[in-house]
Amino acid sequence: MLKALFHGQLQLGLAQATAAALAALAVVLVARSRGIRLEKELTVAMARGLVQIVAVGSILLLLLRGPSWTSVFLLAAMIVAAGATSARRAKGMPQAFQVSTWAIACGAGSVIAVMTLLGVIDTPITVLVPVGSMLIANAMNTNGLALNRFRADVLAHVGEIETALALGADGNSSVAPYVQGSCEASLIPAIDSLRSLGIVWIPGLMAGMLLSGARPVYAAIYQFVVLAMIFAASGLTSLVSTLLIRTRVMSPAEQLILRPGQ
Amino acid sequence: MKTQKQPAEGLVLRAEKLGRGVSTKVLVADATFEVRRGEMLAIVGPSGSGKSSLLRLLNRLDEPTGGTVYLDGVDYRQIAPRELRRRVGMVTQRAFLFMGTVAENLRFGPRQRGETLSDSGIEELLAGVGLAGYGSRDVANLSGGEAQRVSFARALANSPEVLLLDEPTSALDEESKREVETVILEIGREQGIPGVLVTHDVAQAARLAQRALILEAGRIIRSGAIAEVLRA
Repeated sequence: MLKALFHGQLQLGLAQATAAALAALAVVLVARSRGIRLEKELTVAMARGLVQIVAVGSILLLLLRGPSWTSVFLLAAMIVAAGATSARRAKGMPQAFQVSTWAIACGAGSVIAVMTLLGVIDTPITVLVPVGSMLIANAMNTNGLALNRFRADVLAHVGEIETALALGADGNSSVAPYVQGSCEASLIPAIDSLRSLGIVWIPGLMAGMLLSGARPVYAAIYQFVVLAMIFAASGLTSLVSTLLIRTRVMSPAEQLILRPGQ
Repeated sequence: MKTQKQPAEGLVLRAEKLGRGVSTKVLVADATFEVRRGEMLAIVGPSGSGKSSLLRLLNRLDEPTGGTVYLDGVDYRQIAPRELRRRVGMVTQRAFLFMGTVAENLRFGPRQRGETLSDSGIEELLAGVGLAGYGSRDVANLSGGEAQRVSFARALANSPEVLLLDEPTSALDEESKREVETVILEIGREQGIPGVLVTHDVAQAARLAQRALILEAGRIIRSGAIAEVLRA
């Protein structure tokens, strides 16, 4: 329907973005009628997301013509931005930005580096940056989920944690059940994506490869490769993130720092 | 080198000008007192007077911002926190038992230092709190009073030198409260382990303690023998 009304690619794109945003806003209104307030966070996130992706698209247009090595800087900048974004999910947790950035760098960064060296990801900037950004974005989501869950679990179990400390347990083992729980919970989306691949959804990358003339079997296999890389990056990020943050919620004298109301 | 003060005869724990403030708020200020072998010291005061805050400083669950505590004459900042907390046991208002059996809960403390509590050791501890034969029970099936008595046995499994009791009966019904009070009295009488009892219940302090200190706005306003302090 929109294609009949808008003929220019830019106008069509804006109309499609408006339609998608209206669908999201409808969800916000339904949620509000049930007493769940999402409007502020979602409106800001959507506006930010649109401005950012258009800005990045414009910059990429210039950068994608540059030499391959510039992709290292682009990916590094993305990791720092991802660290800052997911650290916001860990309100009140000490050094959340440093933990998030290190975790994403270790998780997504190492998978990108190894897979590029192995030739699984091609080195041209037009491939490395989009595929790398997918891994970083998923690692960011996983990290945010892990920290958010860990924070909620620790705050809900202050009594149990301090009981363990009072009985002579060290800080790490006192929070160990919540480290494990948050790591597992943060990986649910990545595991479900792998599990439902091809049955519940056909990812955009595969659709794009098919549209650009790739053989369907290769497109399917490469999509699996990307999702497996996403799982590896997310899993490593979650492990590093939860292991780093568990030491940050304890003082050197093994006192729980993260407490309700702080 | 450890800072060591020769402790007076029978002295187990001494708090010296102990204090804690958070931002501009003073939770505890200049608290100086002693706990002697075999005695129970009650800390009494209204809600928000800093009783629990003071107790948490004694096993270093919170960090003092002033003063220190001497355990057997040694400044407790020179004792590893895990070792300190083994020696200064704590029982809180809620039992916070770990999922699993009663025996697994009792084994928790010793396991932290690589020791295994024997079945006979567990039975002895449980008999001491009136719960003989409870070792294999799942903690999910215990009453509030039973759970609290298990938490006493769990603290005792670490062979503490002092026990900190933070309102240990305030979440219990009258019958369970009496049972737990009996356990507290027997621990003092039979094992001679000194204790610090935080309570807002003056009558309970009179039943269980030999000495008391009254706390108001984080400061000790009175201390001495229980009868004198409560009479004043």
